[in-house]
Amino acid sequence: MIESIPLPIVDDPADRAFWQGCDEGRLLVQACKQCGHRQHPPRAMCPACRSMELGWQECAPTGRLWSYVVPHPPLLPAFAPLAPYVVGLIIPDGLPGIRMVGAIVASAEEGIGSVAPAEIAIGDRMRLTFVRLAEDVALPCWVPDAACAPSEREEKP
Amino acid sequence: MSDRAALKDRTAIVGIGQTEFGKNLEHTELQLACMAIRNALDDAGIDASDVDALGCFTQETTPEFEIARNLGFGELHFFSQVAHGGGAVCGAIGQVAMAIALGIAKVGVVWRSRKRGDPSKRQWAGVQPRIDDHWKWSRPHGLSRPVDEVAMLMRRYMHDHGATREQLAAVALTQRAYARRNPDALMRDREMGLEDYLEARMISDPLCLFDNCLESDGAIAIVLTATDRAADCRHRPALIHAFSQGMSREHQLMTDYHGADPFVSSSSATARNLWRHSDLAPPDIDVAQIYDAFSPLVLFSLENYGFCGRGEAAAMAGSGALGEGGQLPVNTSGGSLSEVYLHGANLVTEAVRQIRGTSPNQVSDARNCFISTCDSTPNGALILRRQ
Ligand SMILES: [Zn+2]
Repeated sequence: MIESIPLPIVDDPADRAFWQGCDEGRLLVQACKQCGHRQHPPRAMCPACRSMELGWQECAPTGRLWSYVVPHPPLLPAFAPLAPYVVGLIIPDGLPGIRMVGAIVASAEEGIGSVAPAEIAIGDRMRLTFVRLAEDVALPCWVPDAACAPSEREEKP
Repeated sequence: MSDRAALKDRTAIVGIGQTEFGKNLEHTELQLACMAIRNALDDAGIDASDVDALGCFTQETTPEFEIARNLGFGELHFFSQVAHGGGAVCGAIGQVAMAIALGIAKVGVVWRSRKRGDPSKRQWAGVQPRIDDHWKWSRPHGLSRPVDEVAMLMRRYMHDHGATREQLAAVALTQRAYARRNPDALMRDREMGLEDYLEARMISDPLCLFDNCLESDGAIAIVLTATDRAADCRHRPALIHAFSQGMSREHQLMTDYHGADPFVSSSSATARNLWRHSDLAPPDIDVAQIYDAFSPLVLFSLENYGFCGRGEAAAMAGSGALGEGGQLPVNTSGGSLSEVYLHGANLVTEAVRQIRGTSPNQVSDARNCFISTCDSTPNGALILRRQ
């Protein structure tokens, strides 16, 4: 088993720009230049119009928590000492059809495992941050937005 | 003959075979596969030299040519492999059945042999330092195992529908009760109550140890032939009444969170086509074997296949509907949670036993049985029935 956190390959033509955006502190979603269809994760082709002319749109640095999990061992050696940690699925503001997996962290410096699971609930507001995992990998993660009162949490649908 | 009648009831499962189930068995995967296939052919009363079609998983490590030359098969005329692990077994059977129904082959064998008791054999444990496929969008965040991927959906399901851990526990507890009466089940001697479930350690909160399948070794094989030949076999045939595979729009393997509704899985695509090809509807099904690598998959499948409405499966399980004498007995061998985990192949053998009337938890006068595969991967399903 690998000892390090598994990292993404960041030079694939389909998503190179995404990782470059992360490196510069911007979260990008793919947006078709021909029909405007937006998608995440990035693909080689737009499934709405079959165009390969795909551009990028910057996300707002805020969002809501759609769901989350709290992994416990057995885990990869790099994750085991961080458990129990929180990983979420976030809907960035203004992009209702987009869901992104993201670690929930107290700050970029403290990284994965720095938020207590008891402090998290579905519907919580989140702020974007980037956790540096390698010279070429800045991982888009999310910080619970403490300024948000519990009453502002999303109601059950 | 309409196209929908081309497969319906024209082939049958006539033999089932298995090895012992356990952890760290002595035999190799090839030896286990050979033993299970020999047992299945003996069960059918068909000579190995008559086999001319094979079906297996792309993840199967025992290749077709080794199987054929060890078992002394005749010339092969059809062999296919189906991808997506837990989503594969019904597809492997259905594809061989189609080859037989079309007259391309006469006798088919489908098998799965696996030694997974060794933790290093778990697929997630083999992740590489750099990820080049779709898992690059989840695994670096610590969403690293299939159980984490399913737990994400289960927590949202609980939030949306007010489902409780006690209701989810009913899946594992019901299957354990079945396993206690199945002499082949790994958990036959392990009693489990609600307290045991609620106090078990978490693996990926909200899922605990008992929401996870067993890690086990063993092999299972299935023999198919044309229905008109099945009368010569040793046991009552289990006719393949309906079959479909399914992959939903924009499916992304187990982190299928990106479609319009993450709870409308590939099972919904399979279900629509399966019921179209079947004379039976969900209320007509006497007993079901539903893929259960993780207990929430049973709930999601019940809804996607139309055995209950959206958001109703947890309450259905909690009411005892899946147990002995319930509205829809499910996973009557103990399933992957309590009999053995062989990528769902044991769900097929149990379905055949129900049709034959030889299950350790026999549903009285079961005339048909539904079988599904993994709700969170591209998948497939079968309906078996009595002649
Ligand atoms: Zn487009």
